[in-house]
Amino acid sequence: MHLDHTHDTTPAALGADARRPDGARRALRIGLGGPVGSGKTATVAALCRALREELSLAVVTNDIYTCEDAEFLLREAVLPPERITAVETGACPHTAIRDDISANLEAVEDLEDEVGPLDLILVESGGDNLTATFSKGLVDAQIFVIDVAGGDDIPRKGGPGVTTADLLVVNKTDLAPYVGSDLDRMAADAKAQRAELPVVFQSLRTGSGVQDVAAWVRAQLAAWTA
Amino acid sequence: MSRAALLMLADGRFPAGGHAHSGGAEAAVKAGRITGAADLEEFCRGRLHTAGLVAASLAAAAVLRVPVRELDAAADARTPSPALRVAARKLGRQLMRAARAAWPSQELDAVAREFPKGAHQPVVLGVVARAAGLGASDAAHCAVYESVSGAAGAVVRLLSLDPFDASGVLARLAPEVDRVADLAVEAGRGAVVEGVGALPAASAPLLEIGAEVHAGWGVRLFAS
Repeated sequence: MHLDHTHDTTPAALGADARRPDGARRALRIGLGGPVGSGKTATVAALCRALREELSLAVVTNDIYTCEDAEFLLREAVLPPERITAVETGACPHTAIRDDISANLEAVEDLEDEVGPLDLILVESGGDNLTATFSKGLVDAQIFVIDVAGGDDIPRKGGPGVTTADLLVVNKTDLAPYVGSDLDRMAADAKAQRAELPVVFQSLRTGSGVQDVAAWVRAQLAAWTA
Repeated sequence: MSRAALLMLADGRFPAGGHAHSGGAEAAVKAGRITGAADLEEFCRGRLHTAGLVAASLAAAAVLRVPVRELDAAADARTPSPALRVAARKLGRQLMRAARAAWPSQELDAVAREFPKGAHQPVVLGVVARAAGLGASDAAHCAVYESVSGAAGAVVRLLSLDPFDASGVLARLAPEVDRVADLAVEAGRGAVVEGVGALPAASAPLLEIGAEVHAGWGVRLFAS
């Protein structure tokens, strides 16, 4: 008989417990949500490039009907393939990140089991609407990604994503002059909706804002491991 | 027995992963075998008497304390399609997670430990039903009802079928659901005496073939 068999007798984790069954602290989980085409996958790719040298990273994608987001990340080679997992969501991306998070929990737990200790797991939602938010049972913090071309009235309209996300990223700022979006107005509306919660204006084309998003993630991680 | 616990377990909103699965309906829709409410009813009737009966018998037997490992092997033997085996284990693992949070018990923990990647969903359903204070008939009803309600819900999304028509289909099938559940309880009792070999092995070859084809698609809405 083994005297020390805690590992064998501890069943799998249930939900968001900060400790894994073996007692180690699990990875920080950050969700990225937002409307279709706002640049969630590209933001994930940019974050991976910014952080992969200093952190052990993995990504879960939630495509609605293909593996395109996972394939994009693989093609861009932002991480080795074993660190990217796709979850299938049965036509309801918001259900898989909020109402029934079981498939996503499995994905994050399996990544930690299979690729070893991780510092950070990014969970990317399938493109959805302005009400889509992540369950606290799945992620520790969430980023909502909108873009200037989707209409500069989105921050004013609010909704749970814009209003409550821990970080709001307004993406594609380089397009603002071409689509007639008023960035100052978006910033003022976001401030009115979000009070002290942070907002980053980002352009992946020019690179502006990318380091601000990465710095926010680092701060989350510092708080998580403190 | 708590009737409310039965309602919870049978509720499609119980967070146990079912929403991402179509019970073979997506493959059948693509193949032109389901085009409306009438086809859906026949498809569901087929599921009731094959996959539904087998799942409900496994669930009833699990409530009656037929050993989980034997039932899981019996489920494998009754599931030729590797894709369906994977789906059944995933759903079993997901149900186990939700159930351990809802009805904490040492028995559930023990099964979770023994099957870290999941046992077949109907077997888990039986174990969970017992942990929730339910009986074999409750578990069998849950399993049979799930075998048709998931497909009906998926077809509403896949074909933009009128949701009232889909509910009508389920209501018309209700007496048959009850009969199949009763048969399943008998089969579960039989397995207590004669072993898992006595459980039904009704098979739906098109569901198995469809699941394999579906698993190979590059673009799909549902996981199975």
